Amino acid sequence: MSAMPFLSQHETRTVAQKIRRRVLDSVIRNNGGYLSQACSSAEILATLYTRVMNLGPSLAPMIPLPFPGVPSAQNQNFFNGSLYNGAHEPHLDRFFFSPAHYALVLYATLIEVGRMDAQGLEQFNQDGSTVEMIGAEHSPGMETTTGSLAQCLSQAGGVALARKLKKETGRVWVFMSDGELQEGQTWEAFAALAFYKLDNVGVYMDVNAHQCDGLMSDVMSVEPIRARLESFGASVLEVDGHDINALTYPSTLEHPNKPLVVIARTDPARGIEILRTRAPKYHYVRFQDEQEREQYREWFEEMK
Amino acid sequence: MENNLEIVSRPHARNLIEWAKDKPRVVVLSADLTSSCEVDTFRDTYPERFFSMGMAEQNMLGFAAGLAREGFFPYIHTFAVFITRRPFDQLAMSIAYPNLPVRFIGFLPGITTPGGVTHQAIDDIALMRIVPNMTVLEVGDATEVESVLDVAQKSNGPVYVRMLRGEVPRLFPKSEPLQWNHARVLSKGNDVAILSSGICTEEALRATNALAARGVSIQHLHVSTHKPFTDPQILDALDATRHGTITMENHLLTGGLGSATAELIAEHGIGKKLFRIGLRDTYAHGASRAYLMKKYQLDALSLVRAVENLTRENFGLTEEDLAQVRLTEMHSAAKAEAL
Repeated sequence: MSAMPFLSQHETRTVAQKIRRRVLDSVIRNNGGYLSQACSSAEILATLYTRVMNLGPSLAPMIPLPFPGVPSAQNQNFFNGSLYNGAHEPHLDRFFFSPAHYALVLYATLIEVGRMDAQGLEQFNQDGSTVEMIGAEHSPGMETTTGSLAQCLSQAGGVALARKLKKETGRVWVFMSDGELQEGQTWEAFAALAFYKLDNVGVYMDVNAHQCDGLMSDVMSVEPIRARLESFGASVLEVDGHDINALTYPSTLEHPNKPLVVIARTDPARGIEILRTRAPKYHYVRFQDEQEREQYREWFEEMK
Repeated sequence: MENNLEIVSRPHARNLIEWAKDKPRVVVLSADLTSSCEVDTFRDTYPERFFSMGMAEQNMLGFAAGLAREGFFPYIHTFAVFITRRPFDQLAMSIAYPNLPVRFIGFLPGITTPGGVTHQAIDDIALMRIVPNMTVLEVGDATEVESVLDVAQKSNGPVYVRMLRGEVPRLFPKSEPLQWNHARVLSKGNDVAILSSGICTEEALRATNALAARGVSIQHLHVSTHKPFTDPQILDALDATRHGTITMENHLLTGGLGSATAELIAEHGIGKKLFRIGLRDTYAHGASRAYLMKKYQLDALSLVRAVENLTRENFGLTEEDLAQVRLTEMHSAAKAEAL
């Protein structure tokens, strides 16, 4: 396939809605999953893949290959999930996916933008598959192993530094979650990105204000995020994380000598209103009973 | 104690400059311990290949991972404790899992520093041995400091190097570099096998010289590759010894050379005794190296006592006798015989 041309706002919004719907379908069929993450991040990932990132055509099979074994000196069969994001070429962008538990949303995105076959999702969370529940670097769309949160930004920073040294023009995009701001490593990374003037880095942050235990403001507040990031030397824009044009705009701006951070304020139940009854425990949905599952089925049918 | 050994000042500092000259993809990352880890001259010689990462080891390891993915060879320089303890998760997930060629150059092994418990890496070998994909090396003298980088660079995965700094004696001839997974045979014999590593080898030589003079036949191996630990010479020594084996390491007994040796003995069903010299489930504290070696029984006299324990003989050796031993450069016994 060829790289997808940049889509219109309307088309990207449709992609986002399809991502949400596909994730809901998977969660219903698997009797649970990370559903809220699709609600909050569908527009961000749809915008990244259809309007922001300059990626080459996928180099990976449309149906993901089985797990090739862990990387080691002996294992020559290992492959990287970034093949789904196209070739590593000096002029092309790279994508780093930090909150690995959002993997289902990423797989759904790859399907909706034509980089993976819908059949591939049949392997989700199946034994021996690379389409893992919490993805790693062999999983479709993922280049690094980031399930231990807040390790991605540093790794992407190293790639960005290397690309500067090699005088490559492609950018390094990072998708991360707001909960990762609680980890010290994130702030170490932002300090280093600014210190080395890595303006080839752009971070899209899904700020849905929730984490595993509930509201971030109850667990450990990280606000004011914008002021904190600006004081760490980033060029920061704060946008409505469900507004396609607002999400696209920051990527068109120059931010010389500074990394770009897009704070995407999002709604953890956007588009699936019945999820709100679970607030503030949005992190992982496991249906209480068949009746609740049926309610979500009905919602799914209405999303058509 | 006086020796007839050459003392080399800052061997790593000088060697790294020369070694990295024709390796443009070798980069150095430092976490605010640049002079302390002898990379200040590298910084001044190749400023475009030196990256100051501040006191932020977790992020430093992530950056190293990214650089390695892009074809660079990051040489991380900091104290061993700040590589193996603080950023362990980053080391395991960002670097070791993807088998990236990052080299960790860890300084201040065990009780070599008066910096106290926070600066003494007494558990680093254990922590690095349990990491899949990791190669674990340790240097014991200036020649090994000068040759370990060649061995590390041959690996396509991560390598941990337990490094020495400052005034380092030259125990082994320059013509006999450190070899991957190949112990140095320092003496041949079959009463007792001694496996020593790092700074303990110099100390062990003091005892083995005195014991040999008392007629004890010793197979003494200096171990510089902790992982893999599959050198057939080691297995042969464990098998051939009459009374048993003694390991001697500047490290906890758990997880280091002594543990690895115990695993080999058990797995191969070798019915010989093992006596382990090292830190016995204890932290140390800030004091001189000589004081700590004696206090924690890592010294030559402790090795003599261990040999006496295994052989059930008393050689009547005193601390003064051992202090009289004059060490000279040790050619590999195996090589000498082959010639």
